[in-house]
Amino acid sequence: MKRVRGMQRRDVLKAATAGVLGLAGCATNGRGTPESARVLVVGGGYAGATAAKYLRLFSGHRLDVVLIEPDAAFMSCPLSNLVLGGNRTMADITVPYTGLVQAHGVRVVRDSVAHVDVVRRVAELASSARIHYDKLVLAPGVEMIWDGVAGLREASAAGRIVQAWKAGPETVLLRRQLEAMPDGGTFAIAIPEAPYRCPPAPYERACLVANYFKTAKPRSKVLVLDANEDVTSKGPLFKKAWAEAYPGIVEYRPQYKATGVDAVAGIVMFEVQDDERADVLNVLPPMRAGALAVQTGLANANARWCGVDFLTFESTAARHIHVLGDSIQIAPAMPKSGHMANSQAKVAAAAIVAELSGWEVNPAPMLTNTCYSFLDDRRAVHVASVHEYVSAERTFKTVPGSGGLSGAASELEGRYAWNWARTIWADVLS
Amino acid sequence: MRPLRRAWLCALAGLAPFGAAQAQDAPALRLRSLVATCAQCHGTDGRPAPDSIVPALAGLPEATLIERMSAFKDGTLSATVMTQLARGFSEAQIRQLATAFAAQAR
Repeated sequence: MKRVRGMQRRDVLKAATAGVLGLAGCATNGRGTPESARVLVVGGGYAGATAAKYLRLFSGHRLDVVLIEPDAAFMSCPLSNLVLGGNRTMADITVPYTGLVQAHGVRVVRDSVAHVDVVRRVAELASSARIHYDKLVLAPGVEMIWDGVAGLREASAAGRIVQAWKAGPETVLLRRQLEAMPDGGTFAIAIPEAPYRCPPAPYERACLVANYFKTAKPRSKVLVLDANEDVTSKGPLFKKAWAEAYPGIVEYRPQYKATGVDAVAGIVMFEVQDDERADVLNVLPPMRAGALAVQTGLANANARWCGVDFLTFESTAARHIHVLGDSIQIAPAMPKSGHMANSQAKVAAAAIVAELSGWEVNPAPMLTNTCYSFLDDRRAVHVASVHEYVSAERTFKTVPGSGGLSGAASELEGRYAWNWARTIWADVLS
Repeated sequence: MRPLRRAWLCALAGLAPFGAAQAQDAPALRLRSLVATCAQCHGTDGRPAPDSIVPALAGLPEATLIERMSAFKDGTLSATVMTQLARGFSEAQIRQLATAFAAQAR
């Protein structure tokens, strides 16, 4: 596989030095998708990797699709709280990119994009190679707004207070901190004001850490310090779990907005309330669109999120750039979730193929979302929704009467959650 | 670079089992888009992961698909998630989906 990847990389570099491949590629004869058009996808998460695969599928494997991703493999944020809880390992939630290459002909380049020239339509890679694109798909995820919590940038860089809000090395580090914590200690998670990546994830994390403590460190506590007025997703289901499965372990406090940390003393400071001390701190600052989207001038909503035309997910700040996933300014009731990112990617891929082929873009795209949260190592709950494009308002809205929550947590839903994961990973990557 | 790339794509075509399902015009692309809204749980083109406890949709008879989706939609068939999702699709969309999945190879 290494050899293949190396060949692809040289291929991309060759194309880059040739300079103009794809420049004349947009011309269409009206009979199909042009073979010479290149779509560059930046970011190999749920949004970007899905876009890369479906651009190839929807174009009958005609479009030249290049995916730029610095990580060697896909690591899933959904289910990563089970790694923190000690129930699964990183290997269980890691999937290689080889399926995109071998089954779909996506050219995967292990690199990152340093700069985008939106006028010339050229992306400059960290390795200094330059790649021209006809269409650019940016799916850079979220970036932490470190200045939102004083001292947190340094504490995170030093590995003292990590976020583990992107599955990977920090997930493993936070797990080690929980393992090293003495019985009788406190784990505190501080949640920023919405919107942030994956609304129910902090509450699921509280459950799974509590589940670990319950058997391994029964005198320990989980303190949930939430900047929001109430639990932002699946509230009644999480509260029921805390009351019934984790009494005396989980303590939930709303309207606690973290403003600073002292990593050495293990202290979080708040806008209103007194400081809180904990043995393991997981302080999540406010979030915004991924750094590349911000640098490229696409974060035109409150200087935090990227406005998009929801029919195509094209940026409202720059032509020929489509922004997907957690970086976008969301439509009403649209969660920043992996399933939603996958749904958005398919709408964008179809719109890009239609546009490059000279076809009318689908005027009525649909999105689905199903998001499972584990309450312990076996039982899960879900929230589901269906979203339709409402042309009069140029946005997505949930279809009236659709969607909903679990009635109660169950082991059946826990099995469905793993089934969802295996199947969506294949839909994204295989 | 050009001939090389073509050769490489041709080699790929031999590996790819879904070439026939490519979108060849705007209506076909729209239908594939709609079908893709089911893929997260039922798999790309209705083929889920091996040993899935969620059913494959590819190759199911059209009438069966319409009957089940309609039953989820009106609540006569119970489920954890599907009753909630089925209510998000119109009868016309359910018919389109059923036709598309029925035409897929298992």
